[in-house]
Amino acid sequence: MELLNYAFMQRALLAAVLVGVTAPAIGTYLVQRRQAVMGDGIGHVAMTGVALGFLLNTSPVWMATLVAVVGAVGMELIRSRGKTSGDIALAMLFYGGLAGGVMIINLAPGGSTANLTSYLFGSITTVSAEDVTAVVILAAFVIAVTLGLRRQLFAICQDEEFARVTGLPVRFLNLLIAVTAAVTVTVAMRIVGLLLVSAMMVIPVAAAQRVTRGFTATLTTAMVIGVLVSLSGTVATYYIDAPSGGTIVLLAIGVFMVMTGVSAPLARRRARAARAAEQICTRDDVKV
Amino acid sequence: METATAAKAAEQPVISLRGATASLGSRPVLRGVDLSVHRGEVVALLGANGSGKSTAVRAVVGQVPLTDGTLSLFGTDFKRFRDWSRIGYVPQRTTAASGVPATVREVVSSGRLARSRFGIPRKADRAAVTRALDLVDMGGYADASVNALSGGQHQRVLIARALAVEPELLIMDEPMAGVDLANQEVLAGALREQVAAGSTVLLVLHELGPLEPLIDRAVVLRDGCVVHDGPPPEAVGQHALPGHDHVHPHAAHDAEPLRTGLLS
Repeated sequence: MELLNYAFMQRALLAAVLVGVTAPAIGTYLVQRRQAVMGDGIGHVAMTGVALGFLLNTSPVWMATLVAVVGAVGMELIRSRGKTSGDIALAMLFYGGLAGGVMIINLAPGGSTANLTSYLFGSITTVSAEDVTAVVILAAFVIAVTLGLRRQLFAICQDEEFARVTGLPVRFLNLLIAVTAAVTVTVAMRIVGLLLVSAMMVIPVAAAQRVTRGFTATLTTAMVIGVLVSLSGTVATYYIDAPSGGTIVLLAIGVFMVMTGVSAPLARRRARAARAAEQICTRDDVKV
Repeated sequence: METATAAKAAEQPVISLRGATASLGSRPVLRGVDLSVHRGEVVALLGANGSGKSTAVRAVVGQVPLTDGTLSLFGTDFKRFRDWSRIGYVPQRTTAASGVPATVREVVSSGRLARSRFGIPRKADRAAVTRALDLVDMGGYADASVNALSGGQHQRVLIARALAVEPELLIMDEPMAGVDLANQEVLAGALREQVAAGSTVLLVLHELGPLEPLIDRAVVLRDGCVVHDGPPPEAVGQHALPGHDHVHPHAAHDAEPLRTGLLS
């Protein structure tokens, strides 16, 4: 455990835990309302923010947060209009964000797309003390929203029309989900990278669903899986010099496959039990 | 003074829709609909597909904007109405399947939010959820995943969700659609108990079916206009209604329809 002696590793591990908790937490709601790709879109848009941070010589993390929040609110407004052209508008927003990032980074003094690589795929050695402060504050916000408002957010993601008739402030909560997703993207950016952020929002949830029946159970299991793969991926990256994002996401996919393997016999057993119950009913019928 | 206002509130209709017009896109769907429902009444909205009956109930709960006319609920103009916990709403089959599993209890608990809103759920909230599940005879399925239910059971869960708030007014959009006869009987029983306890009910139906004895009044829509408002048409008369497209619930006895609500 000599890796804990390095300050950069301590920072990376703390950031990894926070990514592992926050990404699946907001991801559960996005998957619930079938918006799994939203994280990916926000990741693209955040590129413009990172590049602006370089250009203006301010913190890329805070700048990315700002731009990602604006982008996510735009996506939510497009979604809530429900127009058929929404698809195209979203694509424009995604690729506009990515193109803007590439453009702006080259305008920054001494900047080139090479500066972006660690933001695209994650890197444990570049997590600065300032980054950690930002990540802790942002992660606290994400956890407060996703866990504190889980009954309300569950209701609007499950059935938006019904939620409106219960009198919940649905429009506000929808915007809150979008903002929280944007904030999560910047929390995860340094460790997992902008291009792989969405994977951490979706894969742990997909893996958890293999064995769960309820929403709270899925949310909790996904967060546990998230922390496990994020921590072990970061540790592995310490030994094998690779971008942490790639390692973490491959581990997550590994967990998904294991869970799928485990769930198959489980589902078979449940089906057998259901069949057995049916047979009992049939015999009852015959008796009558 | 206070008793006078209370008496006045009791006289006022629970739902009062006057001269309502609404359109979906450029197509007018409601063309001057008057609909009032008084306390304790059970009113069925009938009509052929596309007659505007579903739009009418969605307008009553504010989900379709009115282009003209007025709406008041419990004597309060709709714009100022905030008392959502007095209403239990069962939407017509929820549109999309949810991407994450949820247990029956979790879904029914979300109906309680109209009362607890941003508060922490208390013992009374949990008890109300259990009661609602028992009312539709789904108590044994509380921890089952809604994805594993049949269409009829699923509809019972959505009705339990509306009952969990202990509403004075139940508004249901085609609660019997895609529900086999056995499940229709369970739902009719649950509704009978609500009515006996003094609930007011407005429901969209395609046919009166097992609910017939409960209905006090039927409002029939055709092309966005009210064409009948009075005693429910006889079963034979129902078939004689213009635009009736002969969908028989008893056909469902042999082959259960595959419409499964939230899950389809």
